[in-house]
Amino acid sequence: MLKSDRRNLLRGLTLGTAGVALSGCKSLSQTQWVQDVLYSAEGLTRRVQRLFAGSHALATEYTRADIAPVFRTNGSINPPTQAYQRHVSEGFKNWRILVNGLVEHPLSLSIADLRKLPSRTQITRHDCVEGWSCIGQWTGAQLKLVLAMAKPKQNVRYVVFYCADPMEDLDGDGVPDSAFYYESHDLLEATHPQTLLAYELNGGPLPVANGAPVRLRAERQLGYKQAKYIQRIELVESYAHIAGGRGGYWEDQGYNWYGGI
Amino acid sequence: MTIATDARGAPATGRVWDRLKNFLVYGANSNPGEPRIPFYRHTLVVRLTHWLNAGVLTIMLMSGLQIFNATPALYWGKQSDFAHPLVSFVAYQNADGDIVKGETRFGSWRFDTTGVLGASRVDGEMRARAFPDWATLPGPQWLAMGRVWHFFFAWLFVINGVLFALYAFTAGHIRALVPTGRDLRNLPHEIVEHAKLHFPKGEAAKHYNPLQKLTYFTVIFILGPLVALTGLTMSPTLDAAFPFLPWVFGGRQSARTIHFICAFSFLGFFIIHLIMVFLSGTWNNVRSMITGRYRIDATPSGGARA
Repeated sequence: MLKSDRRNLLRGLTLGTAGVALSGCKSLSQTQWVQDVLYSAEGLTRRVQRLFAGSHALATEYTRADIAPVFRTNGSINPPTQAYQRHVSEGFKNWRILVNGLVEHPLSLSIADLRKLPSRTQITRHDCVEGWSCIGQWTGAQLKLVLAMAKPKQNVRYVVFYCADPMEDLDGDGVPDSAFYYESHDLLEATHPQTLLAYELNGGPLPVANGAPVRLRAERQLGYKQAKYIQRIELVESYAHIAGGRGGYWEDQGYNWYGGI
Repeated sequence: MTIATDARGAPATGRVWDRLKNFLVYGANSNPGEPRIPFYRHTLVVRLTHWLNAGVLTIMLMSGLQIFNATPALYWGKQSDFAHPLVSFVAYQNADGDIVKGETRFGSWRFDTTGVLGASRVDGEMRARAFPDWATLPGPQWLAMGRVWHFFFAWLFVINGVLFALYAFTAGHIRALVPTGRDLRNLPHEIVEHAKLHFPKGEAAKHYNPLQKLTYFTVIFILGPLVALTGLTMSPTLDAAFPFLPWVFGGRQSARTIHFICAFSFLGFFIIHLIMVFLSGTWNNVRSMITGRYRIDATPSGGARA
């Protein structure tokens, strides 16, 4: 492993010069070994960041005065499927969040069930991978409480979130109908005290554009890691068998799984 | 300054070529036929870290512009006040949805920058993008890959910088870079000399002059750490670990803006650096940064030097 790291570093140095010459051209970025080398830094970044942040360093919480007048929306803002629209018209009273996979007690929670759990309210900064930031107040149940209720098995490493918003338009009618959003976190981030299944934004019910009826808040991670419209939570040992195998919808499009930077 | 006449009576074209060659090798204020002293100018560590840095910074800048293009605006404070960016790049489209104009905005000032900033052609087609494809890595809009380039080479940038700093402090190289009080007092004189293209000769050419010291010290020990720290401040995980980081820089969006200013300061330094290398002897300078060996004009220059 060390040997290959060193080889990767040397290749990286070569890349430095080559990259300058070929920057206008996308072929270098599309070359497999170039990608392998460049992606190899992700593990180092994750380990070093975790070394400093650990499992308990809290994201800064702001005051009410800092809350943005309008919380910016991005990605899916109104899942167009019939099923989701029916839930909207029903006020999400039949919405269920399944918790299954490697658990002793699979769960099926309604929003009312979630609201019965102790709640946490936090005013935090949302950082989008695109570069912007927006401050909002989130209320929800700590994910670690829900996971504890399901009694995870010993071999659980990741928590996968399956969402109601389709990302791709398979039949070409201009409306997304397939490739439903999904995301994953490791247990360290999933059991962080600020990681919530949030059902309120700024004191009101979570708006559709922000992920109604329930979305994830993982405050030490970028926005794309914070799945909206959550329908199922699966505890797994590996996410390699799910969709593109890289742990999330955007990860399958090439974004880093580690979203801490 | 006297201009040497060609005693051999060579044809005018020969004299022009000699003078041009002399300029390209030894610079603007060096005469052909000047006696020169060989001098070992740059150590191996300096040469290696210099060239590594040149490549790494180029990639950092270009991949950084790719990332910037995803949110083509800068803000001040903890979060993005979307209605009031400090700087923004805007594309206009016509009724058919074609991009027709690119604009750069500084506060309430607006500049038409079609073709370069705000809107530029990618594969012949006008697109909405802050920086054009020739300036970004990868060229086309591809945020995920821009980030991957940026975060790989960020490690090399930091490792290279730390190695250089360790070397500078242990091998005494730092003394060559820190401007002294005398250097600072000489600064006005030095600026005039530079403007006249009078570069140090003789013994004075064996040290960095005050302007060089000030520039290199600022770029290496202020701009370098600043660009790294403001970059790290954009990481939500590191902000949780070190909440003072966003506090110091006035918020995450301010840090992003400072990061951008640092990047363009590096670019500004790079352009001036290239001009100075060109004026003060391209090949003599480049050779000294490759082999370490430099040639100094033996005749001391007129001005007093530190």
